[in-house]
Amino acid sequence: MSARDYVTLRVGGHLFGLDALVVHDVFYPRNITPVPLAPPEIIGVLNLRGRIVTAVCARARLAMKPRDPTARPAKAVGLELGGDHYGLVVDEVESVVKLDPIDLIPPPDNLPVRWAEIIPGVFRLPEGLLVVLDASKLITGGTGHYGAAA
Amino acid sequence: MDDLIADFLVEAHEGLEVIDVELVRFEARPEDRAALDKIFRLVHTLKGACGFLGLGRLEAIAHAGETLLGRFRDGRLQVSSQAVTAVLSAIDRIKMILDGLGDLGREPEGDDTALIRALEAFSDGAAPSEQSAVAAEPEPLAADVAAPERTLRPGEVSLEELEAAFLAAEGPVFGAPAPPVETPAAASPAAAFEPDQTDSAPEAPVSESLGPQTIRVGVDVLEDMMTLVSELVLTRNQLLQLNRGRGDETFTPPLQRLSSITGELQDSVMKTRMQPIGQAWKKLPRLVRDLSGELGKPIELVMEGEATELDRQVLEQIRDPLTHMVRNSADHGLEGPEARRAAGKPEAGLIHLSAYHEGGAIVIRLRDDGRGLDTARIREKAIEKGIVGRAEAETMTEAQVHRLIFAPGFSTAVVVTNVSGRGVGMDVVRSNIEQIGGQIELQSTLGQGCVVTVKIPLTLAIVSALIIRAAGERFAVPQASVQELVKVSADSDHRFEEIEHVRMLRLREQLIPLIDLSEELGRERRHEAKFVLIMRVGAHRFGVLVEEVIDTEEIVVKPLASVLRTIPVFSGATLLGDGSVVLIIDPNGLSDRAGDMPARAQKAIDEAAVWTEAEAAELVSLLIVRVGAGALKAVELSRITRLEQAPVTTIQRIGDRAAVDYRGKLMPVLTIEDGQRFMESGSQPLLVVQGMLYAMGLAVDQIVDVVGAKLDIELTASRPGVRGVALINGRATELLDLDHFMLLALAEHAKGATGGDADGRIAA
Repeated sequence: MSARDYVTLRVGGHLFGLDALVVHDVFYPRNITPVPLAPPEIIGVLNLRGRIVTAVCARARLAMKPRDPTARPAKAVGLELGGDHYGLVVDEVESVVKLDPIDLIPPPDNLPVRWAEIIPGVFRLPEGLLVVLDASKLITGGTGHYGAAA
Repeated sequence: MDDLIADFLVEAHEGLEVIDVELVRFEARPEDRAALDKIFRLVHTLKGACGFLGLGRLEAIAHAGETLLGRFRDGRLQVSSQAVTAVLSAIDRIKMILDGLGDLGREPEGDDTALIRALEAFSDGAAPSEQSAVAAEPEPLAADVAAPERTLRPGEVSLEELEAAFLAAEGPVFGAPAPPVETPAAASPAAAFEPDQTDSAPEAPVSESLGPQTIRVGVDVLEDMMTLVSELVLTRNQLLQLNRGRGDETFTPPLQRLSSITGELQDSVMKTRMQPIGQAWKKLPRLVRDLSGELGKPIELVMEGEATELDRQVLEQIRDPLTHMVRNSADHGLEGPEARRAAGKPEAGLIHLSAYHEGGAIVIRLRDDGRGLDTARIREKAIEKGIVGRAEAETMTEAQVHRLIFAPGFSTAVVVTNVSGRGVGMDVVRSNIEQIGGQIELQSTLGQGCVVTVKIPLTLAIVSALIIRAAGERFAVPQASVQELVKVSADSDHRFEEIEHVRMLRLREQLIPLIDLSEELGRERRHEAKFVLIMRVGAHRFGVLVEEVIDTEEIVVKPLASVLRTIPVFSGATLLGDGSVVLIIDPNGLSDRAGDMPARAQKAIDEAAVWTEAEAAELVSLLIVRVGAGALKAVELSRITRLEQAPVTTIQRIGDRAAVDYRGKLMPVLTIEDGQRFMESGSQPLLVVQGMLYAMGLAVDQIVDVVGAKLDIELTASRPGVRGVALINGRATELLDLDHFMLLALAEHAKGATGGDADGRIAA
């Protein structure tokens, strides 16, 4: 009854899920203007239908290797946090699945620290584990000081 | 209840602002019934609302104030400054309680007895006998009907039929406990206020322009509208650009229509953000009145052009600077009454504030007829505070000196008063105004006063910007902060120089520190830098190297997402006509980012300047001589009368004393060092020093050189005859003390006069 929709994404071969309620749209991130001095996970800013959207690289945020530049063009999921528009850039947006949060398994203890804070839990699906991401923490957590690129 | 209180707070604050202004006006012109009526009405409404909301403290104060005002109104009490002060302090207390109410949701604790007693004393003072009589019955009965809270206070009866009229008006007020405070009488939608007019009948055509019918709209709604319209404008720009590339006329007519409608819509929405500048001036009459009392200077404040409109965001930003400027004028600018009389001026100082539109900007002018700026004192003060060097200050024009009052940390007040002179003065004003892209100028005539002119853009939402390129990317730079654009190339006249590893641009004989925008952004420069933007932020003037200047464009400033807001170099982003996003450079951030650079560069410049100016003045010609095997010796060339090569044979010696015939007189010859020997043969080099009455010759081994050098004595003398050791051309050189030798020579002369001649040997 209390099933929720999750948008499933693929990043670096792993399957991730985002609460569908926070996802506004899915788009191809194009014409990105890089932002000098920004944290490394910020790819840049772009214009999406008159809005300025900040593109955040999911791979960088999850401390994965950068994408193979010859791979298929990345996609982005549009999110709105605190009045700002963000695009989370992922390898692929797959589908929407209905899952019951009751089945959400807390993240295992041995999860790398960088993941633990942004992962509320995982679902066990027939095709493998679906790692649920906390969109707000994923985007804003761990950033906020720009020193890294300066 | 919370909503009611919130509404009440908004209304009450607005009402109180009006009361402040009107009271001061009323004090100046007690015959102004319209002002008094307005004040009375507002206080009365406030009291009514307080009673309804059960705010006992507020009600009691408002009541006491109203009673006093009532006395003014029915002519039973003469208007006096003290009485007005009492009412103003009541208003202040009400404001304080309202602030508490806003914070706590209920009235803060406190005791107002003293205040109320003071107000009552004024009311009583005028008509003590009546007061008791007035405590009579009829009125409270009438009050009972409409305003039950008033039965609690039997002291207010003097209001007679006026009161009755108001009470009639109170019905609707209770229905909507937030009475339309600022729209009284004629303009008011509340017809119930009509009865007021009968009271103020002679002044019926309300003299203040209260504006047309208005509705209250939340500021956030207006902000949203502004955002949406900005987006619409950008979308329109994109469409127009797309259509231009199509070579097909189908869409052109509707697009043109869309374009013009969008433009009009933008104008309308901009208008909703516009507010008369009088909003920012509201507190000034009260401020000036208080200052006048505090400083013991009668001051007249004249305001002109209150209706001039500007963006409310800009309005907020200039409120404080304006207040500060007025304070400054009152405190520093205007003289005391005696000084004014002595100068043949009217006793009351004048502060004249005016505003008008000029181009896309609003000009605010503050003029006072005070003493004007004291150039000499500012110069001294600036030198004392280390803002400018003395040499520099001496060469500055009067206008340049006046501008020094905008320098950080400058304050001329001899005595730090309660009002101003805390050293956070005009520099803060200037930086506030420059932050919103404004300019501030100052003109002063000694003895006649000072005019400060502030020019600010009408709006901050749309900004003129230069689109430039650095590190291969485009960026927008607000045009207001760019003073000048300088094209540079290999063969251009503008030279780059490097001092202490700081790059400089020499522009019209001024050295301006340079930063490379690409480098500041942590990127590589992709192309040769072709332009330098000369920017000014506060007192810093610096050049920014960019690769290319592409265009100028009116841009709509959009904030960056929170994760990017910590980057100080950018103030926002904008969409260009082609739909791409460019980042807006924040000149302040850039100057901060290049933070230590301008200071470092300034130091280098200063040092360079010292060398050329001050140093040149101190440069002394020194004669370098060799005596014995020790360090070289130096004497100031100017003190040497002549260099003489005396044949050894002409030197006469008596024991350890020696003399030579010099122009027909016997001149003592002194040695410089102990055990110094004269030349064996040939000629002996002598430095001839001519004193007032006598001459002497100093024997040296060799004359080495004449150099121009700084007289900078490093070590003090260790023995007589040597002033110290100076580094001259990189060599330690002993500077001879000629005065010491002159004294020795004098002794020789004395000996010569007595012993010498008698001896008959020196006088050959």
